[in-house]
Amino acid sequence: MKAILSNKARSILSMLGIIIGVAAVIVMMAIGQGSKESVRKELSTWGTNLLTIRPGADMRGGVRQDPSSMQTLKMADYQSILSEAKFVTKVSPEVSASGQVINGANNTNTSCYGESPDYLSIKQWTIEEGTCFTEEDVKKSAKVCVVGKTVVDELFPGGQDPIGKTIRFKSIPFRIVGVLKSKGYNSWGMDQDNLIIAPYTTVMKRIAAQTFFSSIVCSAVTEELSDEAIEDLTAILRRNHKLKDDADDDFTIRSQQEMMETMSSTMDTITIILVVAAGFSLLVAGIGIMNIMLVSVTERTKEIGLRMSVGARGLDISNQFLIESILISLTGGVLGVLFGGLLTWGCNAIVGYPAVIPAWSVIVSFAVCVLIGVVFGYFPAQKAARMDPIEAIRYE
Amino acid sequence: MDKKVVIELQNVRRNFQVGSETVHALRGVSFKIYEGEFVTIMGTSGSGKSTLLNQLGCLDTPTSGEYLLDGTPVRSMRRSQRARLRNRKIGFVFQNYNLLAKTTAVENVELPLMYNKDYSTRQRREAAIAALQAVGLGDRLEHKSNQMSGGQMQRVAIARALVNNPAVILADEATGNLDTRTSYEVLVLFQKLHAEGRTIIFVTHNPEIAQYSSRNIVLRDGKIREDVYNQNILSAADALAALPAPQDD
Repeated sequence: MKAILSNKARSILSMLGIIIGVAAVIVMMAIGQGSKESVRKELSTWGTNLLTIRPGADMRGGVRQDPSSMQTLKMADYQSILSEAKFVTKVSPEVSASGQVINGANNTNTSCYGESPDYLSIKQWTIEEGTCFTEEDVKKSAKVCVVGKTVVDELFPGGQDPIGKTIRFKSIPFRIVGVLKSKGYNSWGMDQDNLIIAPYTTVMKRIAAQTFFSSIVCSAVTEELSDEAIEDLTAILRRNHKLKDDADDDFTIRSQQEMMETMSSTMDTITIILVVAAGFSLLVAGIGIMNIMLVSVTERTKEIGLRMSVGARGLDISNQFLIESILISLTGGVLGVLFGGLLTWGCNAIVGYPAVIPAWSVIVSFAVCVLIGVVFGYFPAQKAARMDPIEAIRYE
Repeated sequence: MDKKVVIELQNVRRNFQVGSETVHALRGVSFKIYEGEFVTIMGTSGSGKSTLLNQLGCLDTPTSGEYLLDGTPVRSMRRSQRARLRNRKIGFVFQNYNLLAKTTAVENVELPLMYNKDYSTRQRREAAIAALQAVGLGDRLEHKSNQMSGGQMQRVAIARALVNNPAVILADEATGNLDTRTSYEVLVLFQKLHAEGRTIIFVTHNPEIAQYSSRNIVLRDGKIREDVYNQNILSAADALAALPAPQDD
């Protein structure tokens, strides 16, 4: 203890490595955790019971696919799901197109999604003004739409009421019946409010000119029943598509949970890589401590000899040095956590990045510091403990 | 004489292997030291007195023969057992004091008791203060070691040797670094401790010191050459008084 205080500069310098290392680990973990939580939060705003059916086999392998396999979701599938699916409450087919939307002299680029009226509750959109289009509109392929806040802001800069106004998307006129409540940007920086939602029939016939859906989204009865719902939907679609028993699915159903897990595991991998990189600096810091301790042991040979001659056992001496190195690394750890906390706070307050320090990372940091103290203090401590008191006391 | 034997050496030999040669540092040394004796061990360098001191201090073990400290055989002991023995039975006083730097007198004296779990923090401090008062440093308890003179430092070292109430005090050239005056002061202190019944072994090459001890053992070439009781012990206090008064320079 005294030795640490009497060699302030040296102790602080060797602590510095630990401080930086721990702070780096803490910040990396905080950033990782923060990203994970913001993605999770966002995905849950789309509904945790959301199921997405996409054409084509599972593409997670990155294999190139036959374009015809992208056209497997048809009207018949939608109708079968509507009438037969047991664990699904709401269904909406989805067709999308992107292009320019015009109102008089104002225009903007946006995406137009063809959906059923169920879509809003599936993706947890709410109408701020006006109403949604109806099943009737779907049947008639009516040229009506619901627009996002960004589209309203771009096309009606003067603050006029957009309800009832007609806008043109790819030269097709759409009458606005409702405005969506804003969702803001998502964590990838995409504006979620830059969209137009119209009846899917309208988009299929008048804009995309296609007979297949780009996807079908549904809500499972509850999040817990997602797996049952997927099984049920798979059976319906396989039957509709007349797939043989040994054939692979020509569609993919993903639950929101699965999405979250995929996202989380990606985030986890990135976090682990970052933390490991930061961890290496801790290793280097540990070597620094070992170095300092070795110097300290040599410098204090005489003291060790004295302590031994007045009755200190090897164990007492090695404990003394171990405690010293643990103290150095643990103090460094405490300062590192504080410093890391400060950086994280800065990250939140100044850069606006959502970083959250997980409680366990602080505990792990302390544990790692003690471990570093023991591991890198052990060799110097043993060196001290094995000294011959006769030679040590006469050491000059 | 029916006194208790504190130290008994039975034909102690100690050989060192230096390269391919064997050096016989001690070639069969036997003696007994009784409680309350003030023994000087003298010899020129190379006579084996340092080796003997290491043996007596349980820092080393004999190659052959046996050493009984307060009735306990030392030769077969493990390192940690010897450390414990040093802690309980021996008080060391070194030539160059060996105090911990930047540490107060009390803390230095407390050091041996740190390795004795029978003492609480409070008892440790009380014992240290008592030992410092015994060597006449009751007014310098909180002085740091670098704020003291050589004589004071050596007295702190003697207090440290006394604090565990040892069976024997081993002094290694304890006056070697001190001027004549402070040497006598330290000798006065040793004589006082002797008068109080302590057993003292004083290793030195200075023949003068033998005059103030009760017994003198002379070593040469690893053997005892002379072992005589001093019938006419001089008083160090008288010698100190006879010295010319210190001059300020």
